[in-house]
Amino acid sequence: MAKITYIEHSGEEHTVEADAGLSVMEAAVKNLVPGIDADCGGACACATCHVYVEADWFEKTGGASAMEESMLDFAQERQETSRLSCQIKISDELDGLIVRLPEFQG
Amino acid sequence: MSEETVVIVGAGHAGGQAAASLRQFKWPGHIVMAGEEAYLPYQRPPLSKGFLSGDLEYERLFLKPEAFYAQHDVDRVLEAEIASLDLEAKTVHAKNGEAHRFDKLILATGARVRRLTCPGADCDGVYYLRTIDDVRGIQARFREGARLVVVGGGYIGLEAAAVARKMGLEVTVLEAEDRVLARVAGPEVSAFYQDVHRDAGVDIRLGARVSEIAVEDGCVRACVLDGGEETPADLVIVGIGILPNAEIAAEAGLVVSNGIDTNEFAQTSHRDVYAIGDCANHFNPIYDRRMRLESVHNALEQAKTAAAHICGKEKPYSQVPWFWSDQYDLKLQTQGVSAGYDEAVVRGAPDARSFAVFYLKKGRLIATDAVNAPAEFLGSKALIAAGATPAPERLKDPDVPLKDLI
Repeated sequence: MAKITYIEHSGEEHTVEADAGLSVMEAAVKNLVPGIDADCGGACACATCHVYVEADWFEKTGGASAMEESMLDFAQERQETSRLSCQIKISDELDGLIVRLPEFQG
Repeated sequence: MSEETVVIVGAGHAGGQAAASLRQFKWPGHIVMAGEEAYLPYQRPPLSKGFLSGDLEYERLFLKPEAFYAQHDVDRVLEAEIASLDLEAKTVHAKNGEAHRFDKLILATGARVRRLTCPGADCDGVYYLRTIDDVRGIQARFREGARLVVVGGGYIGLEAAAVARKMGLEVTVLEAEDRVLARVAGPEVSAFYQDVHRDAGVDIRLGARVSEIAVEDGCVRACVLDGGEETPADLVIVGIGILPNAEIAAEAGLVVSNGIDTNEFAQTSHRDVYAIGDCANHFNPIYDRRMRLESVHNALEQAKTAAAHICGKEKPYSQVPWFWSDQYDLKLQTQGVSAGYDEAVVRGAPDARSFAVFYLKKGRLIATDAVNAPAEFLGSKALIAAGATPAPERLKDPDVPLKDLI
């Protein structure tokens, strides 16, 4: 189990308890956190589950694969700690993770 | 709460998204979502990939948790096959006798598999692959060393073949055309995937038409080809396309061609009836023609368009279609629709397992197939939407970023 906090563009916060093994995208969808579309369902094919990882946590989420990197290049308003949340796998290590959501997906 | 009711017929990607979007756009009335299957809306793409292989658990297939529908006051009516639509009484009738009155109706009836019709085709061991229940049937026979014959070399058949090889089955693919993926990709891409599958040990037979399923003790024994050759099989997966579920619309008098005809707001020929997803034949302004698409993206976006219009917002549908397919370690992503192209330009080398094929029509980019080439896939979207006419020699050059070509 890990506690994950999602902060919407408006500032609204959602903290959820998520099982290890799920992705950060899946934990959001399962817990009704708005703002993550995930059109492709987690196949790293659509770039609509874009999040900004809080700087302190960025290292712990591991790096983006080459595929994810290329997808992120086309995400709107990419930042230094941008990730696709379907590619971040939840583990006990990530207990306390904070991610911010962009204004728009896609 | 307003007393008005939206009835959604269908609980797939399109139906589920329509319910969610109606609430997002503040629909104040009732929502009834009626689905034929026993399940809440779930993802179909993993059925022929991670769910078939066992890598993705059942619980992870669902688009939204049960709590979402309860929280947003969406009535779920499952295992309810809608048999008819009465436009005058604004009511849909289910086979089980239940009736649902509507003020607005969204037809998200999807599509059904095209079935083999040759002798023996309804015996045990012949499967289709569109639903959770289909996959569960297949999994019971998916054992190392089993002989699988796949009829149809499209996305579904090839994805199933890739999973089967990974699980140690012996796999033969029978494709009636002279190349796999003939309906959805260009010949360069087809040739590449034929090689990939053959390298993985799949026996790909082209121009192979099945004339009969040979049956023993009620169960499949072999696929018999035109010409009499037999391919022994312990199980068969048939993936020869899908047909739009447009019958209830046609019988009710709505305009139906290849699917239910809709305008840019997903409205059918009746102003209070919408059609979205696989069953809808929409007008696409980017291609300036009607098209019926079979994709998740199309289902989700048309759902949003219909929901917005019902809530009084005009959100005309103008989307570049896109598709993807995962086979082995390869991701095929297609932007646009290549039908009618007159020139194909290849960037990168298929041998390097990363390349893209750009399809041009009278100089205009209309589609891109990208294999492990997400930058070309994503970069093509804006070019296609803008009707760009990029120079072929620049498209060919991997050092030219696509955004420089607009």
